[in-house]
Amino acid sequence: MSLTGTDLRNLCLAILAFGVCALLPFGDNGYWLGLGVTIAMFTTLATSWALFSGPTHYISLATAAFFGVGTYVTGLGIETFPFWALVGLAGIFGAVLAALVGLATLRLSGVYFVIFTLGLAELVRQVITWVQNNTGQKGLYVLTDLDEAGIYWWLLGLAALVFLTGWLIGRSRLGFALRIIGDDETVAAHSGINTARAKVLLFMVPGAVAAMTGAILAPRYVYIEPSLAFAPILSFQVVIMALLGGASRLWGPLVGVIPFTFLLEAVSSNFPNQTTLVIGMAFLVIVYLLPSGFAGLVDKVMHQVKKRETF
Amino acid sequence: MDILITGILLGGTYALIAMGLNLQYGVARIMNLANGEILVAGGYFAFIAYTATQLSPILTIFLVAPIAFALNWLIYRIMLQPLVNRAKTRGQLETDSILATFGLSFIGVGLMLSFFGGDYFSYSFMAVSVELLGNTYGANRVLSFVMAVLICGALYLWLNRSRPGLSIRAIATAPTSARLVGIDVKHLSALAFALGGAVTAVGGALISTYLTLDASTGVVFTLKALIIVIMGGVGDVRGTIVAALLLGILETVVASLLDPGLTLAAAYVMFLGILLFRPQGLFGKKPT
Repeated sequence: MSLTGTDLRNLCLAILAFGVCALLPFGDNGYWLGLGVTIAMFTTLATSWALFSGPTHYISLATAAFFGVGTYVTGLGIETFPFWALVGLAGIFGAVLAALVGLATLRLSGVYFVIFTLGLAELVRQVITWVQNNTGQKGLYVLTDLDEAGIYWWLLGLAALVFLTGWLIGRSRLGFALRIIGDDETVAAHSGINTARAKVLLFMVPGAVAAMTGAILAPRYVYIEPSLAFAPILSFQVVIMALLGGASRLWGPLVGVIPFTFLLEAVSSNFPNQTTLVIGMAFLVIVYLLPSGFAGLVDKVMHQVKKRETF
Repeated sequence: MDILITGILLGGTYALIAMGLNLQYGVARIMNLANGEILVAGGYFAFIAYTATQLSPILTIFLVAPIAFALNWLIYRIMLQPLVNRAKTRGQLETDSILATFGLSFIGVGLMLSFFGGDYFSYSFMAVSVELLGNTYGANRVLSFVMAVLICGALYLWLNRSRPGLSIRAIATAPTSARLVGIDVKHLSALAFALGGAVTAVGGALISTYLTLDASTGVVFTLKALIIVIMGGVGDVRGTIVAALLLGILETVVASLLDPGLTLAAAYVMFLGILLFRPQGLFGKKPT
């Protein structure tokens, strides 16, 4: 692995940025830390989402399903296992579930994938509710000594891991194969790439990450029940944030997460009934105004500046 | 036996809804994820008409259909046509239309929430029982089924016997070749999309006579319609009807023998089976 000067500079900047972010709990322990947790959560989810959907153009709505599975792993195992083991376990469950979903749907066209992932959270939720009704159990209590700052650091660490994974995938053969698949799947298949395998492998990344995020956030909810853990709106928020920012760049989703978190925060505290309307509008903005997100817009502007310089 | 009949009665209305979606996806190539919201809107219309003026839902559908037709025609012309024009590949159009119709779906839910609130709504229309083969069923269910059969039959005849129907089937089979033989693809796609919306809204008005709906139930119906369309095969009327009846029966079996909370899970298991073993649909031919 050879690093160029720019790579090293970017790496140092990224480490510095994470270091600064990690100081937040020392500055504030209330409102801003809460917001920090939300932003860290969505950054992790949206960035890992874009790792898969950016190059392949498949729209995954399975985030809520993986997230819910993760919260249940923590909820069920908190009495017996240490917290770090649960996070790892959730990652494994998420990856396995993603592989199963991928094997069933990723050989087919994108529409099947969207529809299947759209209902996946609901499917898992109905099954868990049914099991709970039959065993007479209602919800789960998650009682830990992990406070808001601890959750924040866990999420920040996971986010760093996601960025690192994304960066490594981008430099690997898998990343190269995926870029070809995204450009033209037929060409990719003809040049000897096992397209289904590449897609399934990559889909396991957001699956594992979303489940781990769910596992980390479970202590924040204290009481877990299916309709809370598998709230489908989460999947849509992640899609919007990633696409608003731009799924083609590693840093793209981050640019979408921060403004949209503030917007949703403002809307839900002032007009609680209008959040669905805002989410709908955001989808239309993405499709009609920002088809490749902020990152695409920046690329376009940079491209024009460069073109002007050469004249 | 009564499970089977209840299932078929439910499946009849499902067939109507899925037929609407199939027209939109098979002909206009728009995977319309706001389909369920059109259905709920149709249901609200029937509810308001019935509670305010005692207008029978059977008559309301003659009002719902043209309104939904016009609304969907406008949606297609203003919002979706630009996407069709700018799309370079089929895949890109699919992604764009999925995102755009998700947007419309959320806006639809948001608007209905702010106008009607989040409460469930239902009304009692023809809540008397009729006897069929020794068991009793709600008259509203039977009537909805009969109406659904009539509308499906009319659509089937229109698609198979009329000139515009022939053109629409031609577009569903081969959109690029259809243009070459002088079919106005743009015009007819808009027509098919609008017609699909009208059929779905009528289905919503009918289903509201016996099911309880609320502003955010639309997505459940969208999912069911999508599963039916894929199971029956895109653009296949016969397959859609068979798949809808199968889903209706399966749901009723699961709801009455296992747990009513598992109906969507059951539909999903069926969908998974189709994806794994017959992704081209029940009667579809294997792609070459």
